[in-house]
Amino acid sequence: MKISGSPHVHSDESTKKIMWRVNLALVPMLLTGIAYFGLNALLISIVSVACCCLFQWLIEKFILKTPSTVCDGSAVVTGLLLAFNVPATADMIWLVAIGALVAIGVGKMTFGGLGKNPFNPALVGRVFMLISFPVQMTTWPTVGKWFPMSIDTVSGPTPLGIIKEGLSHEGATIQSVIDANNLPSLTEIFLGHMGGSLGEVSAIAILIGAIYLLCRKVITWHIPVAFIGTAFIFSGILWLADPTMYIDPVTTILTGGIMLGACFMATDMVTSPMAKSGQLIFGVGCGLLTIIIRNWGAYPEGVSFAILLMNSVTPLINRWCKPKRFAC
Amino acid sequence: MKTFKMGGVHPEENKISTNAAIEQMPLPKQVAVLMNQHLGAPATPIVAKGDKVKVGQLIAEAQAFMCANIHSPVSGTVNKIDVCKDMVGLPKTAIYIDVEGDEWMETIDRTPDIKRDCSLEPKEIVAKLKEMGIVGLGGATFPAHIKYSVPEGKKAEYLIINAAECEPYLTSDHRVMMEHAEEICIGVSILRKALGVPNAYIGIESNKPEPIRVMSEMAKNFEGIIVEPLVVKYPQGAEKQLINSITGRKVPSGKLPIDVGCVVSNIGTTFAVYEAIQKNKPLIENILTVTGKKLPSQHNYQCRIGITYNDIIKHALGELPSNTGKVISGGTMMGKAISNLDAPTTKGASSVLVMDESESRRRPESNCIRCGKCMNACPMGLEPYLFSALVKNNRIEEAQSHNILDCIECGCCFFSCPANKPLTDEIRLGKAKVRAMMAAKK
Amino acid sequence: MILTAVLVLGLIGVIFAIVLYFVAQKFKVLEDPLIDEIAEVLPGANCGGCGKAGCRAMAEAFVKQGNMDGLKCPAGGEEVAKKVAELLGCTPEVSDPMVAVVRCNGSCGNAVSKNNFDGLADCAFANSVYAGESGCTFGCLGLGNCVKACQFGALSMDPETGLPVVDEEKCTACGACVKTCPRGIIELRKKGIKNRRVYVACRNKEKGAVARKWCSAACIGCGKCEKTCPFGAIKVENNLAYIDFNLCRLCRKCVAECPTGAIHAVNFPPLPPKKEPADSTAVKEPIETKAPETAKEPVNINPTY
Repeated sequence: MKISGSPHVHSDESTKKIMWRVNLALVPMLLTGIAYFGLNALLISIVSVACCCLFQWLIEKFILKTPSTVCDGSAVVTGLLLAFNVPATADMIWLVAIGALVAIGVGKMTFGGLGKNPFNPALVGRVFMLISFPVQMTTWPTVGKWFPMSIDTVSGPTPLGIIKEGLSHEGATIQSVIDANNLPSLTEIFLGHMGGSLGEVSAIAILIGAIYLLCRKVITWHIPVAFIGTAFIFSGILWLADPTMYIDPVTTILTGGIMLGACFMATDMVTSPMAKSGQLIFGVGCGLLTIIIRNWGAYPEGVSFAILLMNSVTPLINRWCKPKRFAC
Repeated sequence: MKTFKMGGVHPEENKISTNAAIEQMPLPKQVAVLMNQHLGAPATPIVAKGDKVKVGQLIAEAQAFMCANIHSPVSGTVNKIDVCKDMVGLPKTAIYIDVEGDEWMETIDRTPDIKRDCSLEPKEIVAKLKEMGIVGLGGATFPAHIKYSVPEGKKAEYLIINAAECEPYLTSDHRVMMEHAEEICIGVSILRKALGVPNAYIGIESNKPEPIRVMSEMAKNFEGIIVEPLVVKYPQGAEKQLINSITGRKVPSGKLPIDVGCVVSNIGTTFAVYEAIQKNKPLIENILTVTGKKLPSQHNYQCRIGITYNDIIKHALGELPSNTGKVISGGTMMGKAISNLDAPTTKGASSVLVMDESESRRRPESNCIRCGKCMNACPMGLEPYLFSALVKNNRIEEAQSHNILDCIECGCCFFSCPANKPLTDEIRLGKAKVRAMMAAKK
Repeated sequence: MILTAVLVLGLIGVIFAIVLYFVAQKFKVLEDPLIDEIAEVLPGANCGGCGKAGCRAMAEAFVKQGNMDGLKCPAGGEEVAKKVAELLGCTPEVSDPMVAVVRCNGSCGNAVSKNNFDGLADCAFANSVYAGESGCTFGCLGLGNCVKACQFGALSMDPETGLPVVDEEKCTACGACVKTCPRGIIELRKKGIKNRRVYVACRNKEKGAVARKWCSAACIGCGKCEKTCPFGAIKVENNLAYIDFNLCRLCRKCVAECPTGAIHAVNFPPLPPKKEPADSTAVKEPIETKAPETAKEPVNINPTY
């Protein structure tokens, strides 16, 4: 007979289920990505996911010599998130494989696999690619017709990139840049009809995924709300102070990677704080850093760096933010 | 509906034996009465080999402060006083009695009439509880006479009767309420009198609508008994959580319920109190659920204490199913796995739960993904994942500073862990290490 | 341009060097250099076998006391003791080399398992949950707390028997495993001449019949060995025989006499074949020949651990 300490039952929750739920939540973004960027988006996603799984399997089999954990779906999550964070250009189909190697090899397996990585692996891969291949990583395909099936797309910058570039000229204001470049309207931005990374463009697809994760209790509202809320308020203050030099808050949170980062990457269980209060601090930190990098940093986009920086202080937040003890 | 504020989980209820009326378990050939069936020091035997004993006769006396009297559950001859392995296989002292007939002590009132009036003074009630060897039947088997003698300078304001029965599978409390509602209410009135509190609250989880109805009807005939339906959430029946649910008060770390003016008693105990005070019947019987998802039949039995688990299984099921993986005494969340079925039952036993091979297997452990589910499930607001790491690295002092001793071992953390880490096991080990360290420091 | 850079960096370097020098002077801790020297000699495993927090704490204790009375590094053995004594300028304490011995015979074959533990792999925890796989409340739980405790890699679990095995070469007799075993199975015993030892590989204090029920190789407390022993080294107490290693002269008469094979003799050459059945374990053990040559005579000095 079996002997063990109590309890003798277990909820049917498992790491595998959580990871596959995240994957399911990422599907709407994949679909919008394909809708806007066509075949490239699909190919990049497939290559990225396949490479992540392959590298994880190889490392576990030949270096760590542990049983394979590819089935738990975490490599697929990393692969999809990595693909969603790169522009859907033809170059990326092969470059993303290098990103996958860094994400899985350096970002995850060096620390001992899922659960032990201090940084979000997909972001490690993405930032590595951004620094190593800055040209390819900032060449964005323009969005023209729906379902463009050709691999060669015309390249154009993202709204954030245009504004950043435009503002660097003397005497330029937000309005003049927008007028000169025919930027997309708010509705187009909300639907994702603009330049940008593969998965980050459509806010509505991200919201559908995030609401699914909230309902399945994979994530809590704390990090996304704190992240987006802080970004909104901070950029709002800047905009009110000088509407000619700063983008309005609604455009701020809908463009670039804020939505995707706040809902899917900052909420990564492994690299975010555990207590609710800690999660709020984490979200606020991400929001502040993103806006600071966007407005005063060298890059037009700062979500990846903001989340990675906050990942690095997560252990400290965990140490400081304790749950409320009973009767204390 | 009331509930506690923090944490908690909702395991599958599996109350499949609710409709099985309480049956009388036939007498076994021999019983072994363990000398430590309660929290505290073991009782001292006062009979010798060859002595004839009657049902209800005192056979072991409480000599230490934290101890309870033990009475013979059967009539017959003392066979021997010897080492007996308890259900986890550890040796304990026991009195073995060969059963001959069923001759009860004359003082015990065996008539089915209900005796409603109690003329005893509070002090006399407590003395009689001690004499009759009553202990708490909720699991901790805390000697009742100590619980009902309120220390000087403290005042009981609430009497809370725990009928939450939040553990999956268990139905003995459910059945007792259905079949002995009036006796329970008389028992509650007696305890109310012993403590001198104005109101007694009976907390029942709302997944038991029938007992709530029956008890509410009955409580109308009594003064100061209030039935409180509670939200179905485990561990609703844990002492600190139940107090929080019903009164909103919180028992601080390291303090007892009486420090916030509460006394908590199990519903089974109140029935035992009624029998002891009104009928002079010591604690020699308890009600056990024999259940299991894959078993052909479900039962609730009234058993004499000291009957072996094997005897119970033989009577209820013939024999254990061949694919039995685990037999548990108690519920699935806090029960103990039995490794020795030849062990006798004790006063605190509440069930024999049979799980088959597939139900009893634990799933393989994987890395912690720091999801924080253990922390959100913890009803004490602790951090099980942190204890797991600290205990593994032998950082015992740190574990103590994070209040590891506040853990009530309810098992919510392990239950909710997606990585199947044995968190409750690790915390138990950590608590043992912290206690050893504290003892060494003294 | 280059010159400026070199000058600036050089200047910064000089300023920091000066600051560091003064800080180092200001916060200098005066410490007996002997402590460092002794700490250097000690094994450095921080096993805690001496009862101190670590090797450095032990070195401090040596220097504070000025001699070696009552202080012993069990892991370092004689060699370290000599070196420390040299540094301290005193005579080293002489004691027999010791080794950890596993006193349980409850291998998978001898003690048939009825229960299957399925939980935290920790002996101390398992000990609180159940009696043991076979039901023996004294036997090895087989979850390897001793292996985890050993800082020298001298212990390993034998997958065939489910019992820990001591590597005599690596064992330093620090006693960490003895402290950690919740059932007190491991004992430090005299290493013996040519590493030869005779011991009772059982801790079961139950009556013979009960002990036999759990394990076919249990000590049943029959007392045959006690009567056989010509040196009075064996005592049977609470149904359990114990061989006093200070009195044992390694004659192996008890080994042949034991009806259950609970007495083990290790590192002896095989006995003549006629006495074979009782002594099968001695044949299985690899014969160690690298015994320290220093311990030639059976000295009767009480161990100081």
